[in-house]
Amino acid sequence: MNWLDNNILTLVTFAPAVGGLLLLFFPRRDRDIRVFALVISLLTFVLSLHLPAHFNRGLAGFQFDKDVSWISTPNIHYHMGMDGVSLWLVVLTTFLTPLCVLISWNSIHDRVKEFFILLLVLETSLIGVFVSLDLFLFYFFWEATLIPMALLIGVYGHGRRVYAAVKFFLYTMIASVFMLAAILWLYAKTGSFDFVVVQNAIHSGGIPEFSGRVPLMLFLGFFIAFAVKVPLFPFHTWLPDAHVEAPTAGSVLLAGVLLKMGTYGMLRFNLGLFPVQSRVNASWIVVLALIGIVYGALVAMVQPNMKKLIAYSSISHLGFVVLGIFSFTQAGLNGAMFIMLAHGISTGGLFMLAGIIYERRHTYEISEFGGLATPMPKYATFFLFIVLASVGLPLLNGFVGEFLALSGAFQAKMWWGVVGATGVIWSACYLLWMYQRVFFGTVKHSENNSLPDLQLRERVALWPTAIMALAMGVAPLLWLNTIDPAVHNVLVPFTQFASKMVGQ
Amino acid sequence: MMTTAAIQTMQALPQSVDYIRILPEIVLSIFGMIIMLLDPVMDQRRSQRTLGGIALLGAIAGLAATLYQAQPRFWGLGFFEMVKLDAFSVFFHFVVTAVTILVILSSYEYMEVQRIRAGEYYALILFGSVGMALMSSAMELVLIFIALEISSISTYILAGFRRQSAISSESSVKYFLLGSFATAFFLYGVALMFGATGSTSIVRISAALGEYAGTGHGPLLAYLGVALMFVGLGFKVAAAPFHVWTPDVYEGAPSPVVGFMSTAPKAAVFAVLLRIIFEAHAPGGPWLIWVAAALSMTIGNVAALVQDNVKRLLAYSSIAHAGYLLIAFASLPANGIPAAMFYTASYAAMNVGAFAVIGHFAGAGERFVTLEDYAGLGKRSPVLAAILTIFLLSLIGIPITGGFFAKFYVFSAALQGSHPLVGLVIIGVLNSAVAAYYYLRIIVVMYMREPREEEAPVAPISTGLGFALGLSLAATIFLGVYPNPVLKYAALSVGLLH
Repeated sequence: MNWLDNNILTLVTFAPAVGGLLLLFFPRRDRDIRVFALVISLLTFVLSLHLPAHFNRGLAGFQFDKDVSWISTPNIHYHMGMDGVSLWLVVLTTFLTPLCVLISWNSIHDRVKEFFILLLVLETSLIGVFVSLDLFLFYFFWEATLIPMALLIGVYGHGRRVYAAVKFFLYTMIASVFMLAAILWLYAKTGSFDFVVVQNAIHSGGIPEFSGRVPLMLFLGFFIAFAVKVPLFPFHTWLPDAHVEAPTAGSVLLAGVLLKMGTYGMLRFNLGLFPVQSRVNASWIVVLALIGIVYGALVAMVQPNMKKLIAYSSISHLGFVVLGIFSFTQAGLNGAMFIMLAHGISTGGLFMLAGIIYERRHTYEISEFGGLATPMPKYATFFLFIVLASVGLPLLNGFVGEFLALSGAFQAKMWWGVVGATGVIWSACYLLWMYQRVFFGTVKHSENNSLPDLQLRERVALWPTAIMALAMGVAPLLWLNTIDPAVHNVLVPFTQFASKMVGQ
Repeated sequence: MMTTAAIQTMQALPQSVDYIRILPEIVLSIFGMIIMLLDPVMDQRRSQRTLGGIALLGAIAGLAATLYQAQPRFWGLGFFEMVKLDAFSVFFHFVVTAVTILVILSSYEYMEVQRIRAGEYYALILFGSVGMALMSSAMELVLIFIALEISSISTYILAGFRRQSAISSESSVKYFLLGSFATAFFLYGVALMFGATGSTSIVRISAALGEYAGTGHGPLLAYLGVALMFVGLGFKVAAAPFHVWTPDVYEGAPSPVVGFMSTAPKAAVFAVLLRIIFEAHAPGGPWLIWVAAALSMTIGNVAALVQDNVKRLLAYSSIAHAGYLLIAFASLPANGIPAAMFYTASYAAMNVGAFAVIGHFAGAGERFVTLEDYAGLGKRSPVLAAILTIFLLSLIGIPITGGFFAKFYVFSAALQGSHPLVGLVIIGVLNSAVAAYYYLRIIVVMYMREPREEEAPVAPISTGLGFALGLSLAATIFLGVYPNPVLKYAALSVGLLH
């Protein structure tokens, strides 16, 4: 068991990529390829369940640590580890990938092999981002997510896919150059890429050059890369394009996991490495987050395209996460973490549902539907359930996170909470209104009369999200009891900082 | 008592170990001559494979000779201080012979598809590599000049080897005329250097100029000599402002030859530059190089943005890469020398590979070389498209490819020391971001555009090309995943040159 504990992160991270490599040598029999991809992604999920099962909830530091020297000049280590923050993000990734395979079963007919290879490689790089504790390794996985995702959008997407893929690639690539510059500066001064070493050097004042404008520049270097990924207003314009053009599985992973790389990065690196600068800059960052919440919601409301609506709702929801993080309160950060997971489940579900209707009608236009509850009752039920989860109905997963994040915001500054809370109302408006237009009333378009209801495969893909949405709403403590100590650990410098301020 | 005459006769005879010091050159020359002798007596149709096979054997023997002479007991000055075998020259012998092997492997299929009679083609490649190998070990400016000419004349002829094609002949003539002009500059620089120091031996020049090292001053003639030599060498590595020939020549020359001449001679000329700048204590180097590096990066990358011909695009990209490489020359020797050497090796691996793929796609008569022709290649030939993608990603400098660490070492070398070249690094980083765009354009076209209807199917990969691609791919990835051994070997040269 000890061997497994030491190497579990490596196994979970690279299992999908190894599967992808094996797929490379598969004959082009699409069915076998799909089954194999499903098996590999399920296997990864099962492996990843080892993590929460053996995670020591009492410890605040990094667990399942694996640290071996990789390259000596520059001093790069293969250092992986996880705490309560990354734990559930990894499990979220491994949970969503099999669903992505299921949902792409019939919608991808062309270049099937390459599609599943890309999907599995993407899974590896996503997990890698969350478990890397070496800044170089982190940067590598961060960049590595770009290529498969851009190809998924650009090759398998809809109409303006090339434009969307290139925009997505350039936005993220250019933003991460700033992060690379900051990482290299830190390496030049500390001689290490190790997160813990760098963190200690900064916090103990071990870097003499870390003064004046330098810390702010470093903070911004990381922050820009993450803000584009989240995306925070005004860096969000790539997101609607990417989502609308992406294939369903791409959208699910993009909204479900990729965006969380940004908020995870803020939590881990901005707060973890630069607590002082985080606090100093929190006011304008929160303002951007609040604009994102309200603006995203308002724009979502007027979207005629179902997928674009969900995309803008992501901007709004991720605004809550940033608000929670930069409230620097235990409740706010717990809430932010919880929304990341809940949003991954519910928005993943929404994109799958949108994909299912697209397979039948080849459109996302809301005006093309109406009265769908009559021909597709099961579909309508699932849709309503996920919409309610996303809206934040108590006892479903959306509620817990938003409640915690907002209570954190209220503790930090009253008006942050007030403005943020309107977002909850907005989300109810646009989602329920969309639901009404799509499902209620009489069938307006005759071709919708004969739409088949959910097949077994689609129900198998949707049930897990519905179950998780309920479970996370009913028993949030199962998740929060690992998140809480990790978040507490992140907040230690802030409480010291605050007491120092009070002392003065 | 020994007479002075006896001592002189002893000195007039080179020691036997001296021949080991130039073993790869000897081996490559012998094989080149065998090919030249066999070519006229062989049946034309059968000669292709046989001569190619002999050339491959020769290049592998050259590599084996390099590995043999890599034992430190053979190292030292030979032939009356004319050549020097050390870790530095072994490194470049290795790069040159390895590139030669890859180019010969990828030429087999190309020659058959283009219906070019092999004949002296393979011999010229071997002779060219003799010159390049000699350049890295030569310690005498006149010998460097001769080696430079051996390598250049071979590549002039190779550039025009697609004889039926007008642009190939244009390429050859242009390269020849401008190249001779540039070598004249180099020779003039050598003459001035002789005037300044009284010698053409790098050992003596180093002693003469060593007095001025660190003072920032030096004899005026030496400044002029270095500047003129830099013009000649800058031409050969396609550094701006001496780059104008590059796009036309690369566009016209046969693709495997472009793969060859954009890597091996460049590596050799960079070796010469390292010797002259660091070992000979040449004055005024950093400034010339600062300007040339900044210009090369900017001109190369900006011009590459608007190219529609893939070969021209990579020609401009090679100008830009010469610029990144030159940054290392302006840095402190302790970091700059290994960084530059690592860069030449990793650039050689990825560029030879990229041009091998391009040569394969181009088809008979090199008809398919524009960006349009690459539409849908991801579908028509998924394996080759994926391989080319990896080479392009390496050229961009994405982690776990050799291109990433090449750039990383160069930039970090420039930032060391008390006078970090911050300005140059900023220009370099911005340029890398610009460069990402045009390399990605090729990837986007390959994967995200539908193929045109009339597109000819891509031929299957032949064994030779398969080996060439496999080896260069392996080298590119190896340098990206585990760069340490190569970097450490390159770092051995720091003490030798400085």
